[in-house]
Amino acid sequence: MAVVARISGPVVVATGLEGAQMYDVVRLGEMGLVGEIIRLEGDKGTIQVYEDTTGVRPGEKIVNTKRPLSIQLGPGLLTSIYDGIQRPLNILREESGDFIGRGKIIPALDQNKKWDFIPTSKKGDEVQQGQFIGEVQETPLIKHKIMVPHSVKGQLESITEGKFNINEIVATVTTQSSKVEIGLSSWWTVRTPRPVLRKLPPESPLLTGQRVLDTFFPVAKGGTAAIPGPFGSGKTVTQQQLAKWADSEVIVYVGCGERGNEMTEVLTTFPELEDPKSKRPLMERTMLVANTSNMPVAAREASIYTGITMGEYYRDMGYGVALMADSTSRWAEALREISGRLEEMPGEEGYPAYLGRRLAEFYERGGKAIVISPEERVGSLTLVGAVSPPGGDFSEPVSQNTLRVTRVFWALDASLASRRHFPSINWLTSYSLYADDMGEWYSKEVSPDWISLRKEALEILQRESELEEIVQLVGYARSLREDYLQQSAYDDVDTYTSIKKQFNMLSVILEFGKLEADAIKKGIRSSQIGGLESRKLISKMKWTPENQIDKLLHEIRTSMRQEFEGLLIKVSQ
Amino acid sequence: MSTISFKTLSKIAGPLIFVEGVDNAAYGEMVEIKLEDGQRREGQVLDTRKGLAVVQVFGPTLGLGTTGTSTRFLGHTATLAVSDEMLGRVFDGLGNPRDNGPKIVSKQKFDLVGSGINPYSREQPSEFIQTGMSNIDGMNTLVRGQKLPIFSGAGLPHNMLASQIARQAKVRGTSESFSVVFAAIGITSEEANFFVKQFEESGALGRTVLFLNLSSDPSMERILTPRLALTTAEFLAYERDMHVLVILTDMTNYCEALREIAAAREEVPGRRGYPGYMYTDLASIYERAGRIKGRKGSVTQIPILTMPADDITHPIPDLTGYITEGQIVLSRDLQRADIHPPADVLTSLSRLMNQGIGKGRTREDHRSLADQLYSTYAQGKDARALAAIVGEEALSELDRKFLRIANNFERKFVNQGFDEDRSIEETLNIGWELLAELSDADMKRIKPELIEKYGRKKISPKEVE
Repeated sequence: MAVVARISGPVVVATGLEGAQMYDVVRLGEMGLVGEIIRLEGDKGTIQVYEDTTGVRPGEKIVNTKRPLSIQLGPGLLTSIYDGIQRPLNILREESGDFIGRGKIIPALDQNKKWDFIPTSKKGDEVQQGQFIGEVQETPLIKHKIMVPHSVKGQLESITEGKFNINEIVATVTTQSSKVEIGLSSWWTVRTPRPVLRKLPPESPLLTGQRVLDTFFPVAKGGTAAIPGPFGSGKTVTQQQLAKWADSEVIVYVGCGERGNEMTEVLTTFPELEDPKSKRPLMERTMLVANTSNMPVAAREASIYTGITMGEYYRDMGYGVALMADSTSRWAEALREISGRLEEMPGEEGYPAYLGRRLAEFYERGGKAIVISPEERVGSLTLVGAVSPPGGDFSEPVSQNTLRVTRVFWALDASLASRRHFPSINWLTSYSLYADDMGEWYSKEVSPDWISLRKEALEILQRESELEEIVQLVGYARSLREDYLQQSAYDDVDTYTSIKKQFNMLSVILEFGKLEADAIKKGIRSSQIGGLESRKLISKMKWTPENQIDKLLHEIRTSMRQEFEGLLIKVSQ
Repeated sequence: MSTISFKTLSKIAGPLIFVEGVDNAAYGEMVEIKLEDGQRREGQVLDTRKGLAVVQVFGPTLGLGTTGTSTRFLGHTATLAVSDEMLGRVFDGLGNPRDNGPKIVSKQKFDLVGSGINPYSREQPSEFIQTGMSNIDGMNTLVRGQKLPIFSGAGLPHNMLASQIARQAKVRGTSESFSVVFAAIGITSEEANFFVKQFEESGALGRTVLFLNLSSDPSMERILTPRLALTTAEFLAYERDMHVLVILTDMTNYCEALREIAAAREEVPGRRGYPGYMYTDLASIYERAGRIKGRKGSVTQIPILTMPADDITHPIPDLTGYITEGQIVLSRDLQRADIHPPADVLTSLSRLMNQGIGKGRTREDHRSLADQLYSTYAQGKDARALAAIVGEEALSELDRKFLRIANNFERKFVNQGFDEDRSIEETLNIGWELLAELSDADMKRIKPELIEKYGRKKISPKEVE
């Protein structure tokens, strides 16, 4: 019989684990705490426990479930909030009160709710893995596709329309060797990536409505991005803005080792916010995984995998999915803590030697891909990971290992944050390796001038930084920073800017800059330009709603041309 | 309760004792240690296996020996007996009376290290607390249920600031007052006396609970002291519907104690020798602030820490900043310039500010006014640096304005002395006065309507009152 032999924080040593396999999930002691085997040595094993081990004694018994950590996938995932091992926090509250209870096993999906299943295949059809056989309207925004499970191929023997709960059988498939029953839900082990047929190069940007990101440092649909930044530089606000406004069909938000009140904020604001396109509450396309900093550390390690598995599942249905992980540093620290308790030889700064590999494996699960299905279906999974480097020093292992595998780097800057330039993404050190690949999309979808406009703006900002030490460049660059790059997440209008409005704002600012430079060359003082009416109007652009912006743009363009003309006439007289 | 006592100490290393022959000590179980001369100490199991328990001793190891010392495993984890009687009392760092009063006897026992609050149960903190300090109310607003630390340095007046907040804090429009739970963690008796005197003078002692672990007290007690304070606070908040302000000072000493245990256990150290799990450990303290749906009370935390060598990237302020909802940073430069409180507004932050301010809470212009003051102050400070090199005359007209505003911002807005209690309206009006010389176009953070409504009107002296 397996029993507890030693307890040291979240790590427990057990004996008598005959026949156990790595990553088997076990139930521990009288309370039935959930844990996972992470090291085996003969019949002795080390278990990381997903719950607080206070009170556990040596000699308490252990039950091996003989199954690795798995989660249930099916209708009902959207709008849910889970802990790191997919326990719904709302139900957990009903069962164990306001503080997280221990040893509770709660099904992730509502077991009784009946869903309307509408078949899209019929009896007798030849079906194979990944193929859609029917769908469920999970939320008004998302149709949940029911797929043939992996490695199943055969003939549809039966399929029934009607109301079903997630455990009932809706179809059966006769394969060469057996009969396979298909229900509305399935299980998947979180540490195994869900396979795809083939990865595709990304070609369109994930539009976020955030000007500095969309214009200068876009992430592709299916791309990977890292946001490192010291505390107080706005990582979480940026992540939340992405979760709110990214033009993704499904959002997974993983709050990993972060503040409880931040998750509460997400929970209270998301249901009230509307998707700009569909006008439906954003919550209807969102899943939340919340393992806050005061919840057990091992479950924090698992939360990232729980989140990404749910993301992959919707990608397999052909959706564009975006996952925000805040913060991967906390996940890495959980890894370090467990590794330290295992007395493993540490790598850099006490992190285990396999930190880089684990991070790379995580980001590799993203991407745009043709998923496994006979229908050539394309889905994408965009990964955005926040990194919290100690002391804001990007040379530490988590930042460095992340930068090696991600293609977009949004560098948050404490000095910008302290002058309340938000989002405080440094435009000089950030980069996007997708920017060039996306050029074609922008030329086609926004304007042929897009590429040159963007380049010009970047150059101005670059030049300004060189001169900044001596003198602030005239209006121009400052206007770019203040009227364009700065964007308020808390203003109803400014929080989201469509790509078309971005283009128009940028072109107006640059045109003003050209007129200004020209005027100064001709002897006009910058103080004269500062007082122009069109200058004031430019600073109004960001506050102007999308449906009124055309009128304002027209007004600015007309007035600035007239005003500069007027100035030049005055000078020549 | 176990009646067997073990006299099988095999090793004493730093604050840890190794007890052999114990087969089933629970992880986290409390231990009573009896010395040869009859003295008793408390301890807690840190690592347990068949035949050995590693116990951390809360107290000095002086007098402990491998022979003659006996240990008894008490069969329960760390708990605190809580009752209303605790208000107005002074306890030591382990929760025993320090004021010659009776021991707290109560059937209600709370776990010292409880489970975390379910994020789903949390209520979003949004009630504005008026501290009467312009730098906090105006620029880094505190709300009920927030954890807002003070990052200080040796010799800076963080104690004055904390006691001023404790004295002046109120939620407007309600008559409810805060009760205060104060945990002294390794501070000097002089500092502790200062707080006690402050509470006495303001008449707040009757609604205050004090836990005092002084510098001369055993450092291992410091692991428990903040948890005793928070357990008490949770009892008052969630069982007694009180709004509790918890002051923890000095968290740096707590982290030192944590490092001491990690070193004694020969753990792989993280940055600067602090244990790799310090983030998680600190979170288990700071995350106990908050509000819970359906419960009336709240726990607001003001932890104080002194940054070694004023270094904000040191692991203690760094990890704290990642967990707490902002920070108030004190500056040595402002202290030298005789500004009280010497709060550096630019590096300070309140993450929950937006939820507590605006129309219906403070005033509609609050957010944008604060943004404008920040950015103007930042530009003014840049101008000041530039003026130090090229001279003030060489600055542009606008930069000179910024510089003037920055100087006045420090002298009139941040600086307010130890006794002044400003209303939020006074704070905001001072802000507008400072900005008065800027043109509308230079106030980019503020919508023109708001400038018109609040910034351009003549503020009569009456309103400032």
